[in-house]
Amino acid sequence: MANSPVTTSEDSSGLMAKAIKEGLFAGLLALGMFLLYVGIETYQNIDNKLVWRTRWGLLAIFVIASAVGRFLVVGFIRPHIDQRKLANAKAGIPEVSDHKSFFQTHFLKIALVALVLYPPMAVMLNGVQGSLKFVDNFGIQILIYVMLAWGLNVVVGLAGLLDLGYVAFYAVGAYSYALLSDQFGLSFWILLPLAGILAAFWGIILGFPVLRLRGDYLAIVTLAFGEIIRLVLMNWTEVTGGTAGISGIAKASVFGIYSFDVGASNNFAKAFGLPMSSAYYKIFLFYVILGLCMLTAYVTMKLRRMPIGRAWEALREDEIACRSLGIDTVKTKLTAFAIGAMFGGFAGSFFAARQGFVSPESFVFLESAVILAVVVLGGMGSLIGIAVAAIVMVGGTELLREMEFLKHVFGDDFTPELYRMLIFGLAMVVVMLFKPRGFVGSREPTAFLKERKAVSGSFTKEGHG
Amino acid sequence: MEYFIQQLLNGLTLGSIYGLVAIGYTMVYGIIGMINFAHGDIFMLGGFAALIVFLILTTFVAGVPVALALLVMLVVAMLVTSLWNWTIERVAYRPLRGSFRLAPLITAIGMSIVLQNFIQVTQGPRNKPIPPLVDDVFHFGDVTVSLKQILIVLVTSVLLFVFWYIVNKTPLGRAQRATEQDRKMAALLGVDVDRTISITFIMGAALAAVAGSMYLMYYGVASFADGFIPGVKAFTAAVLGGIGSLPGAVLGGLLIGLIESLWSAYFSIAYKDVATFAILAFVLIFKPTGILGRPEVEKV
Repeated sequence: MANSPVTTSEDSSGLMAKAIKEGLFAGLLALGMFLLYVGIETYQNIDNKLVWRTRWGLLAIFVIASAVGRFLVVGFIRPHIDQRKLANAKAGIPEVSDHKSFFQTHFLKIALVALVLYPPMAVMLNGVQGSLKFVDNFGIQILIYVMLAWGLNVVVGLAGLLDLGYVAFYAVGAYSYALLSDQFGLSFWILLPLAGILAAFWGIILGFPVLRLRGDYLAIVTLAFGEIIRLVLMNWTEVTGGTAGISGIAKASVFGIYSFDVGASNNFAKAFGLPMSSAYYKIFLFYVILGLCMLTAYVTMKLRRMPIGRAWEALREDEIACRSLGIDTVKTKLTAFAIGAMFGGFAGSFFAARQGFVSPESFVFLESAVILAVVVLGGMGSLIGIAVAAIVMVGGTELLREMEFLKHVFGDDFTPELYRMLIFGLAMVVVMLFKPRGFVGSREPTAFLKERKAVSGSFTKEGHG
Repeated sequence: MEYFIQQLLNGLTLGSIYGLVAIGYTMVYGIIGMINFAHGDIFMLGGFAALIVFLILTTFVAGVPVALALLVMLVVAMLVTSLWNWTIERVAYRPLRGSFRLAPLITAIGMSIVLQNFIQVTQGPRNKPIPPLVDDVFHFGDVTVSLKQILIVLVTSVLLFVFWYIVNKTPLGRAQRATEQDRKMAALLGVDVDRTISITFIMGAALAAVAGSMYLMYYGVASFADGFIPGVKAFTAAVLGGIGSLPGAVLGGLLIGLIESLWSAYFSIAYKDVATFAILAFVLIFKPTGILGRPEVEKV
């Protein structure tokens, strides 16, 4: 009915009736679902006894919002989308267009220049101290996730091996740096590659037993490994400091020339006669992580052109065919695991240097889920898509911390941070529902006959390995 | 020896709860081949529903019989979580059924995050303790058996029998098994596949709600974060028993419960979860089909 191009009055009245019916149903459903959890609030009173009170107003808002939302979707939004799709299909607009604007062809260069200019811009607009928030909370935070997601992309996006325990390698990198710099006083620039190597080593150790597993089973075993590493970090108190973690981790230096320790004689700010501020360290770290991200992207792009990269993609598309053609699947899978883990290790040691503090709290399963979500939402295999997804998902949730003005709307008790993960979860679901192939729905093919043509993401396979 | 028997009993109780949750995982995996990541949080929702019903009951009706209170808690928790799981399946999983395989897994992880944070936001982040519902204990020599342990094992056994009957002897169960074997063929032969899958989700949620209520009764405390670890353990149980197999899920649940309590008793409490995860890894690596599972044929 909604699909028919000609909408008669009879159709629309039928549609309205349907929309009202569905809206009422959604309202009833919401009443059933939220009556206990929203309608009633449990809290501890002064005697520490659990008591309850009602919140009928809030419940009413939930129920009405569900009913009205469903009514609008069925009555207006869905018919509108259907009609647009139909019009597109008639006009014959293809899913992926070959036409590229100036912005699209030069996107990478523009983005890189913008990123390099980002910290000076932040300093100019907000002053040295004011730039901290933009460089650290947004810049570094997002770039760490970009790097992690690009690292995981090697495993999930290219080799098609679903890894739910990626955060383990992040943890290995962070603890390697924390422990080795603490015990042996080695510098960041020695430990960064070392942390990467150690993480890659763990990638091979954990990858080896799971080689025979496929799809979901692989996902669950990697989840188990991730949790095991976290639990060991949490309980092996003598070495890792247990839940308290390790604090006072040494800062990174500008290749040993300038230091960011306040007391040091070669302190960066002192050397240049600048006022003391922690912002310089963050700006320096911003460029470090930017460089690490570029390295990740470069290595990934190079590897895709090499035999091993092609083997990964072949493995993702069809493991049996891959084996029949004589590709060593063991070697292929292990290198994917190792290289993915190595980037995780780099990011981990960077994380430790930035925070100055590591604890098992930072390496919970949720982190793995967030990184995987960024990879999948970005459109697996597409570096730009993943970067966009990281900016939207991580930057978006960071933005929520800044939404002080919401306090004026919802009252002073309102803390936007509380809703951060709730909104993140909802966004994961919603993006997946509307764009199951991620933000960037097209791929640059690795191998091609005459000319390079973008293919729709729907043609690439995943997660068989 | 008494200590061993005591631990065995504790493990059995815990294992029953895991078994109930594991059935939900195994049925959903069997029928649509998807790891329902949010199932652990459905279990947590069930516990919270029972907690809230308990609070309301104790304020309005003083001296309500314990058996009746428990029954009301169970029934309400089952209804509410069924609604939730049905809606989640409709909204987050069904539209992606034809999509690539990672898609529903991602929405399931998203739903899990949503449910946890929804409860954290609406009910607060603190642990919610309730006074003990049943505190009778029986002594057999040095071994103590509490009434709640007996209740848990009893309810689990009854529910298992009911579900075994539904799956093996009723037309609904036949439709479920047909859908599990071949969804397209089942649809061609007149099985309403969508409805069957919905009912499977409802059944899984109801069992998880019972498990959640039992968990609340056993430990006397509920928290928004209580879904993840028991959820993963129940999934381990499902895999250990052979995913897709109902008796396997229960067997796996009991084994995991026993291993956990014996490990805490004789080795170290701190590493009990490591033991569970290590078992999961070992089983998947060396016997991916589990104890009672059918071998999966690799198709081109």
